[in-house]
Amino acid sequence: MDGFGSDFPAGGSGGKVDTGTIMEQVKVQIAVANAQELLQRMTDKCFKKCIGKPGSTLDNSEQKCIAMCMDRYMDAWNTVSRTYNSRLQKERARM
Amino acid sequence: MNGQAASADPQLQHFIEIESQKQRFQQLVHQMTEVCWDKCMDKPGPKLDSRTDMCFVNCVERFIDTSQFILNRLEQTQKGKASFSETMSE
Repeated sequence: MDGFGSDFPAGGSGGKVDTGTIMEQVKVQIAVANAQELLQRMTDKCFKKCIGKPGSTLDNSEQKCIAMCMDRYMDAWNTVSRTYNSRLQKERARM
Repeated sequence: MNGQAASADPQLQHFIEIESQKQRFQQLVHQMTEVCWDKCMDKPGPKLDSRTDMCFVNCVERFIDTSQFILNRLEQTQKGKASFSETMSE
């Protein structure tokens, strides 16, 4: 994140930055931000589902639960994304 | 700070608009997944069963309905009250 300033010189002061390069960098940063968002929410949800009383280790059954929880969270994410997308299509068609 | 650079480069401006739109979509998907997870998910099983899947679908639809309902109702309230609309539009 602290590379942000150096990647995008303030208008006028720096030399010319290729538009394609900027777009690539923005895309990468967006992808990273989305992955972090997913990781954070998934960790939060699966911790709550799978870790009842935190023990001295992450035991076998907890690991299995977390693995399943991750897969189900992705399923849920995809269902939500698909539903939201088709809803948007429908609303656009109505306008 | 990007306003000047973007207006100077239509291609970049277009790109930013599209990406912002995609990002708003993604953000809402994250948010709704989280909200609906709490509503619909019991113990995560080996598969997402169809009942749970349906719950997610309904949850998303009703979440959007709720958002639109609230927006509409706020608009109605706003029309009735000039002072309220002043404070809202600021």
